[in-house]
Amino acid sequence: MSTFTLDPSAATTTPSQRTQYPIVTGTSVVGLKYAGGVMLAADTLCSYGSMAKYKDARRIRTVGSNTIIGASGEYSDFQSIMDTLAGHTQDDVNYDDGHKSCAKSIHSYLRAIMYQRRSKMNPLWNDLVIAGDGFLGYVDKIGTTYEDDFIATGFGSYLAIPILRSKWRADLTEGEARALLEDCLRVLFYRDCRALNRIQIAKVTEGEGGVVSEPYELETNWEGAGFSSTKGDMEGDGGW
Amino acid sequence: MFRNQYDTDVTVWSPEGRLLQVEYAMESVKQGSACVGLRSENYVVIGALKRSVNEMSSHQKKIMEIDSHMGIAIAGLTADARSLAKWMRNECLNHKYVYGEAMPSKRLCDDLADRHQRTTQTYVRRPYGVGLLVGAYDEATGPHLYQTCPSGNVYEYFATSIGARSQSAKTYLEKHYEGFNNSEKDDLIMHALRALSGCVQGDGELNKDNGSIAVVGKDQKFILIENDELSAYLDKLDVEGGNGDGDGDAMEES
Repeated sequence: MSTFTLDPSAATTTPSQRTQYPIVTGTSVVGLKYAGGVMLAADTLCSYGSMAKYKDARRIRTVGSNTIIGASGEYSDFQSIMDTLAGHTQDDVNYDDGHKSCAKSIHSYLRAIMYQRRSKMNPLWNDLVIAGDGFLGYVDKIGTTYEDDFIATGFGSYLAIPILRSKWRADLTEGEARALLEDCLRVLFYRDCRALNRIQIAKVTEGEGGVVSEPYELETNWEGAGFSSTKGDMEGDGGW
Repeated sequence: MFRNQYDTDVTVWSPEGRLLQVEYAMESVKQGSACVGLRSENYVVIGALKRSVNEMSSHQKKIMEIDSHMGIAIAGLTADARSLAKWMRNECLNHKYVYGEAMPSKRLCDDLADRHQRTTQTYVRRPYGVGLLVGAYDEATGPHLYQTCPSGNVYEYFATSIGARSQSAKTYLEKHYEGFNNSEKDDLIMHALRALSGCVQGDGELNKDNGSIAVVGKDQKFILIENDELSAYLDKLDVEGGNGDGDGDAMEES
């Protein structure tokens, strides 16, 4: 670390540093494929450590006309990635050759970027979910990738994935898909202390392309025994 | 004409507003043996006449694969062509690594054109002395055929030919191109062979040693058809009687 002094004659230039830890962070992103396309969900919170600082952060955005991307982790790195992708989308326009980047190629492009940054020991501190054109993929800060029928980042990979494994079907209608994602985010709000009950849903369908909804609040119920009664009163294992 | 005074450097204009070095480079393309290219709704076929120095030597390779969805036929300085092919292959490979998809052909050819143009506007280099016929198939936009030129112009064609005696092939293609769009793959190959056969010198004929065909398209990765594999098509050509008669016309119109 560098030292800062108020004496101008003893001024030092801060040496350039690499990312050590994230500062402003978003939590889980959850996504799934359904009958009409693909859908992502995430809350609109960016935390500043344990403080719920930014409650209208947009963590899911569109890229071009047919791709959506959701990010958890460092929000400023996500913004930088979006700038890069905007440049990439503009390149397609400038080439003017009828070629449009699809979700799969954007996923591959991000993989190359994330892995390169990791190899320079200066990662973009994000876990990303890329969706579109019947494609759903994951890229993380060290360049790991995978594709699947449903994906979740952060706490979602512990709490939402089991729900999705139980309830997901390939022929989910749009309403069912949305309800399933809302259930996942609701559970995440109950149990992830960096989560919020104000969420966004986004989808990519063949007809409309990529669309991100306005944020809305999830209904929650804290009356259940698990929350309202003290653990000692419960029979069986309520903790210590 | 004051040709000689203004033709030493590529950076010198002639009084008629021409870059003579570039035009001389284009002459080099015209000296190379003929190449043809044509496309249908789903396929591109490129063909070339391979020259051999003498009876003892091999026939110079004229068609090169760039990627599984793209290939080139060359006319002119072979060494320049190989250098360009190396660059094109590298670009295609890099694109595939980063984007997980095949390089879109038009943007590669635009960058190829820029590369050519750069050599016409600098002191220390010379124009590429080769013309390429680039045949490619893009999933999104279908088959494409491009022609490059030492000047840096790159145009897309439905059918074209370059090299020595290529006017014969051009005449054939102009006559028959309206039927190409709906042609089957094998019909396209036959058209290419008929066009090529008119470009052979003197009494020579198109045979399996000097003929070379490549195809790429829908459900068809780039494939080179030469030697014995080409014989099947050449035999059909002989049956038609269209081989070696110098004007590239088939006996029957199909």
